[in-house]
Amino acid sequence: MTPSDIESISNHPDFRQLVRRKRRLNGSLTAAMLVIYYGFVLLVAFSPSTLGQSLSGGVTSVGMLVGVLIVLLSFALTGIYVYRANNVLDPLNDKVKQECAQ
Amino acid sequence: MNWTAIGMFLLFVVFTLGVTRWAALRTRSASDFYTAGGGLSGMQNGLAIAGDMISAASFLGISAMMFLNGYDGLLYALGVLAGWPIILFLIAERLRNLGKYTFADVVSYRLAQTPVRLTSAFGTLTVALLYLVAQMVGAGKLIELLFGISYLYAVILVGVLMVFYVTFGGMLATTWVQIIKAVMLLSGTTFMAFMVLKHFGFSTEAMFASAAAVHAKGTAIMAPGGLLSNPVDAISLGLGMMFGTAGLPHILMRFFTVSDAKEARKSVFYATGFIGYFYLLLIVIGFGAIVMVGTEPAYRDASGAIIGGGNMIAVHLAQAVGGNLFLGFISAVAFATILAVVAGLALSGASAVSHDLYACVVRKGKASEQDEIRVSRVATLVIGVLAIILGLMFESQNIAFLSGLVLAIAASVNFPVLFLSMFWKGLTTRGAVAGSLAGLVSAVILLVLSPVVWVNVLHHDKALFPYSNPALFSMSAAFLAAWAFSVSDRSARASEERGRYLAQFIRSMTGIGAASASKH
Repeated sequence: MTPSDIESISNHPDFRQLVRRKRRLNGSLTAAMLVIYYGFVLLVAFSPSTLGQSLSGGVTSVGMLVGVLIVLLSFALTGIYVYRANNVLDPLNDKVKQECAQ
Repeated sequence: MNWTAIGMFLLFVVFTLGVTRWAALRTRSASDFYTAGGGLSGMQNGLAIAGDMISAASFLGISAMMFLNGYDGLLYALGVLAGWPIILFLIAERLRNLGKYTFADVVSYRLAQTPVRLTSAFGTLTVALLYLVAQMVGAGKLIELLFGISYLYAVILVGVLMVFYVTFGGMLATTWVQIIKAVMLLSGTTFMAFMVLKHFGFSTEAMFASAAAVHAKGTAIMAPGGLLSNPVDAISLGLGMMFGTAGLPHILMRFFTVSDAKEARKSVFYATGFIGYFYLLLIVIGFGAIVMVGTEPAYRDASGAIIGGGNMIAVHLAQAVGGNLFLGFISAVAFATILAVVAGLALSGASAVSHDLYACVVRKGKASEQDEIRVSRVATLVIGVLAIILGLMFESQNIAFLSGLVLAIAASVNFPVLFLSMFWKGLTTRGAVAGSLAGLVSAVILLVLSPVVWVNVLHHDKALFPYSNPALFSMSAAFLAAWAFSVSDRSARASEERGRYLAQFIRSMTGIGAASASKH
């Protein structure tokens, strides 16, 4: 890339939109994952008894369900990301590449 | 001697050596050697990443922890898993777009090659060697128990096979060994979990109820115990596990084995799925073992302790659900797991020597590919010999703290500068070097002064640093040093480096100019 390429790509409206969308998607999903995981860690540290409660009268605890949910949520969040990236970001990225290749 | 296990293991070795021979014929260029030509699919790479994470330590260690303490074992598993979505959202694609063979490629993208490569290579080698020692000692002990061969032979065998895979087959063989093992381990644990659930009439409630009924701690095993009772320690451990994974050189290297950012993204999706599935199975295995192994006198010695020690829980459970044949299979898988992980470690260490130190620092980028590959083969051999010697030296040492140290160092030395180099325009060479060193020094010092080493290993009365997990403090030190030494850097070189950020940013975002897969 020459300095003028860099200049034109960085000012290209599609590139700016790509950056904005990527930041929004990555930022919100990262925040979601951090809240989920560190919320859990703080719950473990400050109120282990909440997690130890019986889920529905049996031996299975709330904590066990929460643990399984965290596993499933982690997978679901990566799934959402891949879906959005494949269907929204990649086409936009291809457009930027095409428009900026001369 | 356990002949079924030895037979199955020999079968695995013969098969993987065949794979290595196949890979050797296809490994010609440096790109073939370091990154399998960049031609792996997202699914293959995802399985290989999952294979790196579901090591013998997590299979045997986490199931043992659940057997002993119940719920606390799950906390470890979740910490490792929760790091993967973050790796995907923040670094996976940028890494692929910017790098070629090693993560130092990314850190040094717009910075001065020599100082940054030197510190990154140092970080890589420290992590790879410490991790190798931990794996070697664990492997020796485990193989001694499972196969009835002596510790000395076990360590030498692991070292020799590791060198074979890497020197001849490079990344292609290393990855396929990892994939084969991941499939074997996932199928084996699936079968075990299925048999355990069948034993309890496919009711997890029945399983948890019987486990709580026979466990010494009763229903307390269903709640968090003492493991993370201190909030600072809890957050520090969480940070260490989450970002330590994102700083492991053999894991980061895997992102260069796929063709583009899209495949890198897919590989993390698959990896997260496999790792999560594996940990869900481990819950069943750990809690099932409380009943099916814990209450069975045949698995305890005269004094009532588990035969072979706590880490053998999953192995005993294999015998309980599948008889001797399945026991042999699981033993062979445990051995294969160690081999696959050490091969990846050796390859990442060798790449730091041949690509970062030799090709980029010593020869200033003028080395031929053949020279570079030759150096990496010699480096693999040296690393193999070192690993064997260190494995023998540390045989009777308490090395439990080593794996914690590895993650803390990876999180403090490699991750902060890697992250800042991609996300912060202001990072300069001086800041990157200072950040790495601050992370290294603070992680090592804090760990030595912590209860884990100061009290448990060095036998002092009271720890000088109260927390067992240094990551929170050492990562902060690394970020702070990198920031302070960057913003105060007023040299002409620093302003040039800041000026190059925009071009790097465009490439990391769009993949324009990224290294592409080599053609076969």
